[in-house]
Amino acid sequence: MTDLLLPPDEASLAEAVREASAARLPLAIEGHGTRRASLRPVQAARTLSTRGLTGITLNKPAELVLSARAGTPMPEIEAALAAQGQMLPAEPPDFSALFGADRPATLGGMVAAHLSGPRRIGPGGALRDQVLGVRAVTGDGEVIRSGGRVHKNVTGLDLCKLLAGSHGTLGVLTEITLKLAPRPEGSLTLAVRVAELAAGVRALSAGLGSPFGVSGAALLPRGAPALGLDGPVALLRLEDFLQFLPHRAGALRGLLDGHGAVSLVEGEDSLALWRAVRDAALLEAAPEQAVWRLSVKPTAAPGVARTLEDSFGARLLLDWGGGLVWVAGPATEAAHRAVMAAAQAARGTFTLFRAPDSLRAAVPVVPDEPAALAAIGARVKAVMDPMGILNPGRLRA
Amino acid sequence: MIELPPPNPAVLARRAEIVAALRALVPDTALGHGVIGDETRLKAYETDGLSAYRQPPLAVVLPTSTAQVAAVLRYCHQNGIRVVPRGAGTSLSGGALPLADAVVIGLMRMNRILEVDYDNRLAVVEAGVTNLGITQAVAAEGFFYAPDPSSQLACMIGGNVMMNSGGAHCLKYGVTANNLLGVTFVTIEGEVIEIGGGHLDAAGYDWLGLITGSEGQLGLVTEVTVRILRAAEGARAMLAAFRSNEVAGQVVDAIIGSGIIPVALEFMDRPAIHACEAFAHAGYPLDAESLLIIEVEGNLEEQDILLGKLKEICGRFDPISLRVAETAEESLAIWKGRKGAFGAVGRISPDYLCMDGTIPTGELPHVLRRIGEMSESYGLQVANIFHAGDGNLHPLIMFDANDPESFRKAEAFGADILKLCVEVGGCLTGEHGVGVEKRDLMGVQFTRAELDRQRAIKSAFDPAWLLNPAKVFPLDGLPAAATTPRAA
Repeated sequence: MTDLLLPPDEASLAEAVREASAARLPLAIEGHGTRRASLRPVQAARTLSTRGLTGITLNKPAELVLSARAGTPMPEIEAALAAQGQMLPAEPPDFSALFGADRPATLGGMVAAHLSGPRRIGPGGALRDQVLGVRAVTGDGEVIRSGGRVHKNVTGLDLCKLLAGSHGTLGVLTEITLKLAPRPEGSLTLAVRVAELAAGVRALSAGLGSPFGVSGAALLPRGAPALGLDGPVALLRLEDFLQFLPHRAGALRGLLDGHGAVSLVEGEDSLALWRAVRDAALLEAAPEQAVWRLSVKPTAAPGVARTLEDSFGARLLLDWGGGLVWVAGPATEAAHRAVMAAAQAARGTFTLFRAPDSLRAAVPVVPDEPAALAAIGARVKAVMDPMGILNPGRLRA
Repeated sequence: MIELPPPNPAVLARRAEIVAALRALVPDTALGHGVIGDETRLKAYETDGLSAYRQPPLAVVLPTSTAQVAAVLRYCHQNGIRVVPRGAGTSLSGGALPLADAVVIGLMRMNRILEVDYDNRLAVVEAGVTNLGITQAVAAEGFFYAPDPSSQLACMIGGNVMMNSGGAHCLKYGVTANNLLGVTFVTIEGEVIEIGGGHLDAAGYDWLGLITGSEGQLGLVTEVTVRILRAAEGARAMLAAFRSNEVAGQVVDAIIGSGIIPVALEFMDRPAIHACEAFAHAGYPLDAESLLIIEVEGNLEEQDILLGKLKEICGRFDPISLRVAETAEESLAIWKGRKGAFGAVGRISPDYLCMDGTIPTGELPHVLRRIGEMSESYGLQVANIFHAGDGNLHPLIMFDANDPESFRKAEAFGADILKLCVEVGGCLTGEHGVGVEKRDLMGVQFTRAELDRQRAIKSAFDPAWLLNPAKVFPLDGLPAAATTPRAA
């Protein structure tokens, strides 16, 4: 068991980082540690958690803005937003079941890993685009701010985007300001039974290329037996005012005519279905399996899927119009090499999202960068974390 | 006046040799000279949309390929020559203002649309394609490129990426950053790096997000992969006029609180209403203190329902007039005044500064009151146009450019407005960028330590500070590498 540092506020967190920096003692950075089994194992004897920094610090529903400290559990934020008829448009997933974690993720963890849900397919759906401002502690223990609390802000370099997705290696997020959206009055799903994955991606592309406002587009290779849907099923979600939905659904159904038999999933069934897509529950990864997350062009996804099915009998779940490919398979280097090769061939990217320590320590968990970019990356890392004490080894060896 | 650093005499002295070397890298083509070196023709590049500042560059290079851009950057890097990237030169913050010892790299000849992919809803274009040009290329299939800055007819996607440009419709569709998938990035050393592509999200650091809006400080972008979206079935606008700015501010809050996100929500104050009406005869009510233009999208029935709800909300606030467009033509008539706002103000006053701060929307009445007081004390007129849904305020300060005192006052007035924006919880710039214009105000928004960290990140990309120097970061506090005369 590693030593755990639990600062109660930003000032003491900064002090803890300053001391670690002065002593050149590396720190593993986490919130609730939900995704500890993701990416590479961190090489640090001590863990610094943000879980002591909790609470919503600003909530302005009429301005669609909310700020919260990084250690605030996601369900707390989501409950507050639900109570005011709003939501986080990125639809952040809950991966606690996927990782067998007993605590929900924190806001800081979601932003640091830049995890977005099914709505990512629309232009407003990336979590990082909804991060209006951050406070963070750099690797030398300094508190910095970037962005602010307004929706449009191009003042200076956008360190919010650099920190979102940096997995705690460039700074420790302490407070985050988010853009909100109204919660849609209703949602429903059209389920299209398709012959195979390529046909499914075509159905999703047709829906996403329509003017009807498709807000979710997923593909289940083995259907959703709980809903009586077997075989490959393409799911298209509509969300809007209740009175708009019947007409939209009718128009979309007309457009999908010829792609396969269409059935309607409504109400709680539809909401539960998209939660299961969002959280990758429908991947049904066995506990001992490794889980990968690939992002490719949607039309490249069926090829990737076929390759990995042939290579190691991969289980699959496709979201983002097909472009997000969830893969479950044996936690072996051979399977990992197949995933890397498939992502590279599709000119996309991959993350080893869940695996035993031994595999995560042995392989590249994200793609290597071109040498020129890696050199810039090393210099940026030195700017943000001069002693290299924040989450060493988390992304790359 | 904003100070520009003294040119490096060693570079100026080598001008003929530098021009000759650049000509070897970027030869003339059927389109014209690859390199412009003579003084009369350099005048065409001496300024951008911030025309109060003018400075012809050392030379202008007009490459036609990424390889040429890389070669020019490599040469400039090896020879310690500063570089100013330029798209269409429409920056309102002086982002493309040359320096006397700098080479301008103009990307306007890289204007090919390389790929349109409707299945994956993306287009790959060169940096010199205009913003509207992307939409025009895909409009026949019912698609569009969403961010729509006022200059969209002229401004280029490369410049949009560098400034993270917005527009009137970003309330629904987001700014440039939301609509990008990838760029071809060229470093100051001349390395060509593909960042992103047809997929969403990076697995490592979000370089695309950092580069977007970096104002040419980190490198150049020569090709861009953008999202294209299917256009809504239709759109219609309504106009609502109110008796005070306070009331209009409450209406904005009530609309957002109702769960409706209009595709556009534009605010104009009394001087803006009068200027636009005199110019465009759009039928704006001249007895109103403030006016909202609200646009919704959807099919006809959905438009009717949304406009009905909005009309009901506006009706609760004692409007002077409410006009709902029944047809697309009537929508255009409502927009006509707003779209002509810059021309309209230009008719009242030959010279104006277009400011660009953002404020929390709830602060609008307070901020407009303070701007009104400043207008009186400076003795300069101001008209306010505001993207009300996202808090982005555009005060147009009118002055007389032939009177240096008037210009000095206008700049001071503008600076006071931006300081006010920061004071109420907003920021210096919502979509125009810092450029030279707001460079010296950065200390109002950021601490010295925060600016040092941003400067150090620039240094990580551009150690010798050759890329678009004297922009974004105040000149005091620059690292030694930025101010030491370089070998030439």
